[in-house]
Amino acid sequence: MSTSSLPDHVARQLAATPKAQLLEMLYQMLLGRRFEERTAEMYAMQKIGGFCHLYIGQEAVAIGAISTLRPDDLIVTAYREHVHAIVKGCEPGPVMAELFGREGGVSKGKGGSMHLFDRRRGMLGGHGIVGGHIPLATGTAFAAKYLKRDYVTLCFFGEAAVNIGAFHESLNMAALWKLPVVYIVENNRFGMGTAIERSSAIYDVAQRACAYDMASETVDGMDVLAVRDVVGRAVDLARREGAPTLIEARCYRFMGHSMSDPVHGHYRTKEEVQEQKEQDPIRSYMNLLIGAGLVDRQAVEALDQKARAVTDEAIRFAEASPEPSPDSIFQDVYSVPYGPYTTREQ
Amino acid sequence: MAVITYRDALNQALREELRRDPAVFLMGEEVGVYQGAYKVSKGLLQEFGPQRIVDTPITEEGFAGVGVGAAMAGLRPVIEMMTWNFSLVAIDQIVNGAAKMLYMSGGQFNIPIVFRGPGGAAHQLAAQHSQSLEAWYANVPGLKVVAPSTPADAKGLLKSAIRDNDPVIFFEGETLYGSKGEVPDGDYTVPIGVSDVKRPGTDVTVVAWSKMVGVAQKAADMLAADGISVEIIDPRTLRPLDDGPILASVRKTNRCVVLEEGWPYAGVGAQIAYQVQHGAFGDLDAPVARVTGLDVPMPYAKNLELLVMPSAARLIAAIREVLYLD
Ligand SMILES: Cc1ncc(C[n+]2csc(CCOP(=O)(O)OP(=O)(O)O)c2C)c(N)n1
Repeated sequence: MSTSSLPDHVARQLAATPKAQLLEMLYQMLLGRRFEERTAEMYAMQKIGGFCHLYIGQEAVAIGAISTLRPDDLIVTAYREHVHAIVKGCEPGPVMAELFGREGGVSKGKGGSMHLFDRRRGMLGGHGIVGGHIPLATGTAFAAKYLKRDYVTLCFFGEAAVNIGAFHESLNMAALWKLPVVYIVENNRFGMGTAIERSSAIYDVAQRACAYDMASETVDGMDVLAVRDVVGRAVDLARREGAPTLIEARCYRFMGHSMSDPVHGHYRTKEEVQEQKEQDPIRSYMNLLIGAGLVDRQAVEALDQKARAVTDEAIRFAEASPEPSPDSIFQDVYSVPYGPYTTREQ
Repeated sequence: MAVITYRDALNQALREELRRDPAVFLMGEEVGVYQGAYKVSKGLLQEFGPQRIVDTPITEEGFAGVGVGAAMAGLRPVIEMMTWNFSLVAIDQIVNGAAKMLYMSGGQFNIPIVFRGPGGAAHQLAAQHSQSLEAWYANVPGLKVVAPSTPADAKGLLKSAIRDNDPVIFFEGETLYGSKGEVPDGDYTVPIGVSDVKRPGTDVTVVAWSKMVGVAQKAADMLAADGISVEIIDPRTLRPLDDGPILASVRKTNRCVVLEEGWPYAGVGAQIAYQVQHGAFGDLDAPVARVTGLDVPMPYAKNLELLVMPSAARLIAAIREVLYLD
């Protein structure tokens, strides 16, 4: 395939990105997919409980976006974040162990699927109140400016979160104070069963940035290189000029809202889901790399085998990790355990 | 020791901690250019500049969350609520964010933050501006709740709160800002979680905090004329509650009245009464009594407001009741 027939962003990214990284992104997408498929199985086997939201279909967003970061950059996400955590550098074993509620989990079994944290990797959660984490990301960006550090914060949330006050309050402050943060809306079209047309007065989510005189872009969230291209520019802008950006990545979730929700339910048709699955972001990217002569099917197969093996190993790690000891119940409520009252009630 | 106002004591604490630690900053509405809605931050913008004395839009949920995020990234924010009434739009960030981050991250992210501002009723501010919300926050594991009654405690506790590695909810008394008292100079701290005997006595224990300590003192003065000796214990910190001095006092007096400005139902006083009956049951000669704000939204009319607020007269009636005097 000659690069001249490719869309600009693809040609640009293929030219600028080392081959190893292009392949690493494919591997991460495969790993994200396999990890979530096995997570669904583990949930069905009741090894995982609670609310559990899978990322299948949306992989291009987290992987394209996080591929632009330095290790000292931070991410703050909502609850559909298993893949974000792994791509930011969390070990798959401790992530799976967290889903299992085990001591070896990234959050010691206290957080679960919705609250993955890893300070060393710049993974700042994993938050369960829709939009509630957007001010937190604004705060880590405030700290970067305050401390004169040049790390950037990426903040991920769904399109339904743009209707909550915390989103608007955050964007206003980030624009007013010029904070190095990139807000990424993963517009998968639905907040649970409510289509965006039924929840937002404005269809083009990116337009909401106008209200705050903030830079914005809309990107095809099923195209990992497009996401990388757009987020890369926004991260540069944040790092160099401290200016925030709002990015709307249009994507689709192939599974139900959470494990307790059927794939299509009352709010979308089987046909619609099927049609979207034909735009699978992993298949598109794989075909693109094969077309560009960067990889062949055999090599893809090897990457997929590796992704499966790593996922198997993560499950083994989780199985082997003990349940948190009952003694840990009162740990980490405060930095220093306190006081006569709690001790007496224990 | 200088005699200064509660307001100036808080100002000193802020100024000293801002000087001591560059990670400390103050953020809130009108804290800078305007010098503070209640002038607690007077002069701080001039000394520390707009990077550390940060005026915000009216966006409590937003800046409360910015504070929590900044704390995750290594800063030590002091977040001013113009009054605690407005914290209700920020409570998600305080309860779901600040209070739970350490726990749900498995110990990775402690949140060294202070949320502070005036609480309680002032004069005829009506329902939305006259609330004592201590019980709301004291209910939450992960938060510490402080409510000083004197200028010295205000200074010493605010300094401790700023140095604390966990979130502290700091209730100032809106009507106490102008009150005066002796405040030790220099680096004076009062530990969080230590009760204080504000008035020694022998016949009855009154537990009160923030501006209710003043009401208790007034009642105690009046009862002293009748030969009744009141001991006033000020917990100063409502969570963690240091109930040791309260129980020790009840063991001596055998009677206890808990006084609070807030609503009666599920109030902090209910918790204290439980702890007293649990910890000193055999020593009690009468059921623990409570005197609280009345169970209504605050009315505007002056006469009605006075009826809602706990008064020395109502406290005296309760004390006489536990002494079986009437
Ligand atoms: C403030 C709040 N309200 C309601 C919920 C329940 N809830 C969880 S996820 C969700 C839909 C959110 O959709 P979106 O933000 O688009 O993200 P997606 O799930 O599509 O990734 C709802 C209503 C919640 N967690 N928080």
